[in-house]
Amino acid sequence: MAWNLSADKPIYSQLVEIIQIQITSGKYKAGDRLPSVRELAAEASVNPNTMQKALAELERNSLIITQRTSGRIVTEDTELIQKTQANLADEYMKNFFRAMKELGYSMEDILSLVQKAVRETCAISS
Amino acid sequence: MEALAVMQGLTKVYGNTLAVNNLNLTIPRGKIIGLLGPNGSGKTTLIKMINGLLTPTAGSILINGMAPGPETKARIAYLPERTYLQSGMKVCDLVDFFEDFYADFDKNRAFSMLGSLNIPPTAPLKTLSKGTKEKVQLILVMSRHADLFILDEPIAGVDPAARDYILNTIITNYNENASILLSTHLISDIENILDEVIFIRSGQVITHMPVDQIREEYGQSVDAYFRRVFAC
Repeated sequence: MAWNLSADKPIYSQLVEIIQIQITSGKYKAGDRLPSVRELAAEASVNPNTMQKALAELERNSLIITQRTSGRIVTEDTELIQKTQANLADEYMKNFFRAMKELGYSMEDILSLVQKAVRETCAISS
Repeated sequence: MEALAVMQGLTKVYGNTLAVNNLNLTIPRGKIIGLLGPNGSGKTTLIKMINGLLTPTAGSILINGMAPGPETKARIAYLPERTYLQSGMKVCDLVDFFEDFYADFDKNRAFSMLGSLNIPPTAPLKTLSKGTKEKVQLILVMSRHADLFILDEPIAGVDPAARDYILNTIITNYNENASILLSTHLISDIENILDEVIFIRSGQVITHMPVDQIREEYGQSVDAYFRRVFAC
């Protein structure tokens, strides 16, 4: 199944984000070896050069490391992984607040809606 | 490394019609490139000139530094928009035919792809459906180890599942010295696998850009951008 990519954003930046999520969610754990560019490109159904560009970006941010002998691995720096997770969460929260404000909600409204949603989710899962 | 193909001042006139008009284009190595344009914009004429099937009225084409001829045909794998295969031949005989014809043909790859798409090698071509015939032809073309693959509308007639398989084949067979030039109207199906796109209008290149650059600069997909540029 191809990765779910949206049509109006650059492909490579979406690949960067998806791989970050795969790492923070533990699909690839600290120190794990990543599949090859070609395998990842085939899995995502994207151009191999675009996948290469996404991996190069992740390498610049040190989230993945290229080893001479064994290909690419996820960093063993768990603090960096947590920081990546926090950055993504930050971004999602900002998008969420922006969308809710566009709908016309005040900060207090949003907060009470979030609390209500949390209570309902807890009620379902317990 | 030198560019794979270079076209300069390329022109083709049919009677009073200017099909390709003073076109300049460089095709780099190791890229998957979409050749996109409305009907009658000159895509197929351009492709036929690169393949040495039409002679330019003016201008030049160099492939690996050579003008189109037997040497360049040996390095280009071409899928034309219409079939030229003998419909009475069996699929396996066509494989042998391609093996005799092209030194870079990989028979194992052909049979492995035929197997993946459940195409019986002993079936005569004429007994197969339109879409399956197209798959056979594409498999034959993609089983070569060519420098340049030119695919004129490769996915128009095949079902979405086979389309995915074909695009996957293109991605996984990709090698960094070869390029794939792909003409299609099904832009949204293929844009994720493209490095760059060439927009052609009235026989001239009007845009030649990486896919992600179009998305960054215009905030829309290549498909949406195409619809805007060529809006009727």
